[in-house]
Amino acid sequence: MIADFEILETIRMFQEQHLDVRTITMGISLMDCSTTSSEETCRRIYDKICKRAEKLVQTGEDISREYRVPIINKRISVTPISIVAASSGTTDYTVFARALDRAAKTCGVNFIGGFSALVQKGYTDSDRNLIESIPESLAVTDFVCSSVNLATTKSGINMDAVRDMGRIIKRTAELTKDRDAIGCAKLVVFANAPEDNPFMAGAFLGPGEPECVINVGISGPGVIKSALETVRGEDLGVVAETIKKAAFKITRVGELVAREASARLGAPFGIIDLSLAPTPVVGDSIARILEEFGIENCGGWGTTCALAMLNDAVKKGGTMASSFVGGLSGAFIPVSEDEGMIEAARKGSITLEKLEAMTCVCSVGLDMIAIPGNTPATTISGIIADEMALGMINNKTTAVRIIPMPGKDVGDSVEYGGLLGSAPIMSVNPSSCADFINRGGRVPAPIHSMRN
Amino acid sequence: MKPMDNHTAVITVVGQDTIGIIARVSTLLADNNVNIKDITQTILEDLFTMIMIVDMTTSSMDIKDLADRLEALGTEMGLSMRIQHASLFNAMHRI
Repeated sequence: MIADFEILETIRMFQEQHLDVRTITMGISLMDCSTTSSEETCRRIYDKICKRAEKLVQTGEDISREYRVPIINKRISVTPISIVAASSGTTDYTVFARALDRAAKTCGVNFIGGFSALVQKGYTDSDRNLIESIPESLAVTDFVCSSVNLATTKSGINMDAVRDMGRIIKRTAELTKDRDAIGCAKLVVFANAPEDNPFMAGAFLGPGEPECVINVGISGPGVIKSALETVRGEDLGVVAETIKKAAFKITRVGELVAREASARLGAPFGIIDLSLAPTPVVGDSIARILEEFGIENCGGWGTTCALAMLNDAVKKGGTMASSFVGGLSGAFIPVSEDEGMIEAARKGSITLEKLEAMTCVCSVGLDMIAIPGNTPATTISGIIADEMALGMINNKTTAVRIIPMPGKDVGDSVEYGGLLGSAPIMSVNPSSCADFINRGGRVPAPIHSMRN
Repeated sequence: MKPMDNHTAVITVVGQDTIGIIARVSTLLADNNVNIKDITQTILEDLFTMIMIVDMTTSSMDIKDLADRLEALGTEMGLSMRIQHASLFNAMHRI
């Protein structure tokens, strides 16, 4: 039987430390929705999503009430639309984004991911259509998220696409500037994108995935922070051990919810994503965990080392708790979505360059970062190129979700509220990389990609 | 992990000690055919803390409705009352 102190520890995690399951994401294959007519394809997309995900939200809420485990988001990921729409005969893919948005609204989910293309080695005609349709699609829909995979360790970096995405991100910001460029918060570019990621904006269902699958993203920065408060002054071995134990417990909650959701929805359980995901709520911050290690302000020297250790210990604890771990599985460091990160950015303690260094040792990359609206598209491409190189060389996922806010400069901020939070505009190195970006072509895959 | 046995649930009551807590909770459970298997209470950090393990097999209500009733009773008595499937605690604390 479970001891009283264990029961109370669990209750405290939920009541005081903001433990929750961040998302139940249902992956739905749209492979069978392709037709030679865009209207018919849209109809099939809408019908299939609504049929498969009909009970997703209700089931999530039932599980949440029965276990008293908050489940924050119920979401859907689909097959990359550049594959589904390839034979539809149209070049304007906003119709498919609208179909996804309608389906998301009917199902009651708060995001749907998969307005995506995988172009690490080159464009198909359909990839090109999709990418050119991104700015308009994100401006006219509410819940659609878009992602583009630009690089892999196996294939190298598609620098033509890196160049194009700088321009596409600027255009997306421009079309949604009346809403603090929110389109850019729904657009992410990747190196080594995982095909089973449950987190937005990067969720899509990869071509190797099953017909329908349940992937779950956990959370729990507050639990880790509280656990570390009990070992202040102890050596780092004790810190690692403490994080592992807390991560184990958090992950078991995710595993339990995933198994229940999978059984009730009649869809196989895919993976648990071990990422620690912050929110702008006080007590739910990754930055504050790093500060608990003994760093005065997140971004100060020692931050990268602390983050590396945190990330590794979370994985070690988490893999013991679940047999199927996947997705991104690493600490997220989004600036706008993390109360401690926002404060560090306001104080000037964290810079774009330090964030880049931190992405070498954690999962996601430069995430939810607002920069001046007059940043040239080629500079945004340069930021992307550097991040893609980190991912490619280090055999890991990296990403960029950046917001060049039109009409705003350093000292201003963007405000979204809710989970997306707010972000002070950060300064960008003014040196031009236009000649580098305009070369185009491909960065060859690194030597260690040849493992056969 | 195997599919969960969801007949056993844990009720926790936390808050200011007052007369009749166990009586009120037990009455609610008896009225709905819920069997109490174990009960402990302590004063922890000045707070009254009661933990009950209950068997829901014969319950006339499902756990969601019972949760609502408990929450309402908790609000009335100024206490935090919750019921959760025991499998949650087993998952977190047992390998």
